[in-house]
Amino acid sequence: MSERTIAAISTALGSSGIGIVRISGERAVEVADRVFRKHSGKKLAECPSHTIHYGYIHDGETMIDEVLALVMRGPHSFTTEDTVEFDCHGGVYVVKRVLDTVLRNGAQPAEPGEFTKRAFLGGRMDLSQAEAVMELIQSQNEYALQASVRQLKGDVSEKIGQLRGDILHQLAFIEAALDDPEHYSLDGYDEKILDFAFRMEEELSGLIRSFENGRRMTEGIKTVIVGKPNAGKSSILNLLAGEERAIVTDVAGTTRDVLEEDIVLDGMNLRLLDTAGIRDTEDPVESIGVSRAWSHVKDADLILYVADSFSGIDEDDRRILSALDSQKTIVLLNKTDIEQISEKEINGISDQIRSVLGDFSPVLFSAKEKTGLDELKKKISDMFFAGQISFNDQIYITNARHKKLLDEARESIRLVKAGAKNHVSEDLYSIDLMDAYEKLGLILGEEVEDDLVDEIFRSFCMGK
Amino acid sequence: MSELVEKYDVIVVGAGHAGCEAALAAARLGMETIVFTVSVDSIALMPCNPNIGGSSKGHLVKELDALGGEMGKNIDKTFIQSKMLNASKGPAVHSLRAQADKQEYTRQMRMTMENTDHLTIRQAEVAEILVEMADREIRDEAEGKVDAKSRTDAAVGEREPIKKVTGIKTVSGAVYLAQSVILATGVYLNARCIYGEVSQYTGPNGLQAANHLTKSLIDQGIMIRRFKTGTPARVDKRSIDFSKMEEQFGDERIVPFSFTTDPDSVQIDQESCWLTYTNERTHEIIRENLSRSPLFSGVIEGTGPRYCPSIEDKVVKFPDKERHQVFVEPEGRYTNEMYLGGMSSSLPEDVQVAMYRTVPGLEKVKIVRNAYAIEYDCIDPNQLYATLEFKRIRGLFGAGQINGSSGYEEAAVQGLMAGINASRRIQNKKMIVLDRSQAYIGVLIDDLVTKENNEPYRMMTSRAEYRLLLRQDNADQRLTPIGYEIGLIDEERYRKLLEKQKQIETEINRLEHVTVGPSEKVQFFLQKHDSTLLKSGTTLSELVRRPELSYEAIAEIDEQRPFLSHEIAEQINIAIKYEGYIKRQNQQVKQFKKLENKKLVPGFDYSQIKGLRKEAVQKLNLYSPVSIGQASRISGVSPADISVLLVYLEQQKRRDR
Repeated sequence: MSERTIAAISTALGSSGIGIVRISGERAVEVADRVFRKHSGKKLAECPSHTIHYGYIHDGETMIDEVLALVMRGPHSFTTEDTVEFDCHGGVYVVKRVLDTVLRNGAQPAEPGEFTKRAFLGGRMDLSQAEAVMELIQSQNEYALQASVRQLKGDVSEKIGQLRGDILHQLAFIEAALDDPEHYSLDGYDEKILDFAFRMEEELSGLIRSFENGRRMTEGIKTVIVGKPNAGKSSILNLLAGEERAIVTDVAGTTRDVLEEDIVLDGMNLRLLDTAGIRDTEDPVESIGVSRAWSHVKDADLILYVADSFSGIDEDDRRILSALDSQKTIVLLNKTDIEQISEKEINGISDQIRSVLGDFSPVLFSAKEKTGLDELKKKISDMFFAGQISFNDQIYITNARHKKLLDEARESIRLVKAGAKNHVSEDLYSIDLMDAYEKLGLILGEEVEDDLVDEIFRSFCMGK
Repeated sequence: MSELVEKYDVIVVGAGHAGCEAALAAARLGMETIVFTVSVDSIALMPCNPNIGGSSKGHLVKELDALGGEMGKNIDKTFIQSKMLNASKGPAVHSLRAQADKQEYTRQMRMTMENTDHLTIRQAEVAEILVEMADREIRDEAEGKVDAKSRTDAAVGEREPIKKVTGIKTVSGAVYLAQSVILATGVYLNARCIYGEVSQYTGPNGLQAANHLTKSLIDQGIMIRRFKTGTPARVDKRSIDFSKMEEQFGDERIVPFSFTTDPDSVQIDQESCWLTYTNERTHEIIRENLSRSPLFSGVIEGTGPRYCPSIEDKVVKFPDKERHQVFVEPEGRYTNEMYLGGMSSSLPEDVQVAMYRTVPGLEKVKIVRNAYAIEYDCIDPNQLYATLEFKRIRGLFGAGQINGSSGYEEAAVQGLMAGINASRRIQNKKMIVLDRSQAYIGVLIDDLVTKENNEPYRMMTSRAEYRLLLRQDNADQRLTPIGYEIGLIDEERYRKLLEKQKQIETEINRLEHVTVGPSEKVQFFLQKHDSTLLKSGTTLSELVRRPELSYEAIAEIDEQRPFLSHEIAEQINIAIKYEGYIKRQNQQVKQFKKLENKKLVPGFDYSQIKGLRKEAVQKLNLYSPVSIGQASRISGVSPADISVLLVYLEQQKRRDR
């Protein structure tokens, strides 16, 4: 039944060091063989079902990860289709690259709930589970939609929307002229569409590049920096962002009061949010900032609480800390560079904090002297691998899907170019233009409906 | 008091383009058929533009002809000018359009109708449809209870019970009984013609409106809405100065509409059309008088088609356009009346005269008939299945403008399909539905019954997603086998088609296998056509594929070529040249068919499926789709809802095992 061979990351990323990339469908083994090199040089296609093989995932000549490949032939697999699973060891970043490579080699990104759906349709699951399956599909879809809309930064969706509008306008012109050739003429249009296609291809390439280096999706662990005003939150953000910052996108202005940076820390993607200092305030503007800070805290994956070791822990700190989830909070004692503070005082503050957070040792930190950074990194990765920090990996597949759709849209635009160059009739390459339009629409979660007909009538005076 | 009571198999209400095709199809399929019209003189009347065909509409006529309909044959007998539009474009958008001699068109169609066996023409206004409760069995089927295991008693909910049609009653009280009734009322239901402050309750050309039937439809639970359309003035040819206009000629070599018409028989002397333009002065007059336009003053309530805007609409919506085209077209060979295409209007008649007289060549124009807008009742077609049968009234069908479409051709194809299915309903045969990958007819009807249409629906090539496959040139190959199966295509025509297909296939096969080498003759030929010279041997089909060459062009270097007709040569050329695109569309069609073939039970109550979103449940219950494919085209049903439906279907299937 499954015409498409699909792939996705099938473990909750971040809860363990191992990530599984699962491929399912008629061509699963074939796709896997394109990226997997077995130690012995044997192809998976030649291996019996339900066997495990040691080898490497290659993206062209680049080795990405050392993996175990599990081959299961249908109907004896979860989906009842041919299935290959790669157990990857290299952490989140690497699992993601493995998935990307698989997708570039013939698999399609799985739709929300698709593995389960296939399992059910394949007769794998019990009849009584049907309702659960239906609910799962609907809820996963809901989440993916949210991920898609929320994770796609505003400027990107705006850009895609704009490119889409441009394509639709060209389409509408072609269709208007074909429908009413005595009114609108396509003479000399080849030149115009070539220009258009060149420009469009460049725009799409730009978007694809930015997707490739991860700028476009805020897919990291949502890390919220909180604390009282002047605790040194911003300098910590700057330090983290400045050190080892692989990718930094400045999105100031998307919210008035929360500064956001994406960083990679030891192979983990962190989406850092610097919030307004928390205190009781009469100032209406400041109080908006404070309530936003709290709302970010609520759905944070990781909280960095910054306390000022110089002024010590006071009643305000205590109140804020008691509202935080200790499981996902790291306390940073900042300003340890100020000499007046003795070891004893620091221990005193630590005790105070421990009384609030339970068994917990704070990280001594100096944003100025850049000390404590290594300890912080270790702490984060410990928590990550202990499963204390986890976040929803639906984002990865969403990102992969977007990238794939952009690629496909660009491919369609290239076909338009080739068509116009060969002076193929407009009604033929308009099919490719429509494809590009549809692909970009899927990124924004928009269906095509009657867009074209509407645009024809909006922009062109038609009919007798 | 004794009343006239007569019994027929099929009743057709209305004898316009839908009614004629419906009645002819039913009678030709052996059904005793009666067609009602308010005026026998207005059979197949063309109350608006004097053309048949045009972009995508030409496709519809070709398809209708391939299935055994009449319109193509009738226009071939009565056209006075013909043009293939977009001839320089790809084959999928070539579109035939003919100017008709309107009177002759009507006369010929009437003659055909009058001489068709089993067909009775009756002048009378139908006032009522007769309906009774359907038999238990029919109700169960229509309410989705076919499969007793998959239903609960709540399935029917609070809906109206399923009924069946038994006949009609005329205004005079005469009763005609029949198992199938086709409503093809066109623009006549509660029709009102309007220009300026004048508003008359008549159909087009002052013909009697049908003022009773709407009430009867509402009484039977049918949802009614109100649409409008409009037409320009007809003017006296002698009052026109043609020297100020551009003359528009027909094609040199005329291609007929019907696959059965001998091309040599249609090479006639053609009439010309003329092109002129409005100007700023025209627009000024319109703008000054907008307050007197019933369109803008709110007198007209119906929704008009965006495709046929009135000239006042165009001026308001596109204020930057300095001029609009006006096509001056003859209404026939033996009349001086000319049609002013592009300038339909509902402005008062004094404004009409003033505005037309600003147009070059029309300075002294005399109006014969005013331009006017017409409002009429029609139904929301989501009440129909794609068979054109009402979902809640067995045996009742709708066709043409009553279904919310616009245009003669759109009406005709619906008439044909309704006529076929009304007959098959009686014969207990499987209903015929063409899908979106088979025909423009399929696209048209699927759009009508599946999508929300808020204006009179006009066919457009952009609506057909597989248009490379749905070409006018291959309509016979796509549909004549179906027409043969239905019984509207005779043995001989079918046999000819098979022969044609075989010839095409054999020749393509030959071209794929015959190779030519870099001989002097071949190289010389290629050079002459600016084509890359050969380094080694290649097949003839490879050469046909080159943009600068064609099947016809390479005849020179193709020594064993058999003699083939022009039509067949064209098919071969298209099949080879566009092979890549055609393959891609075929691939898409394969995917499309998969979902079309996953059937849903019509009338099923979707609130039983827990995983569906509320909006999806509402829409699915309203539209009652027959397949997963159709469900996926309903706005408000998401891809996740479709996944849920698939899981549900699987669950049902397993439960039944």
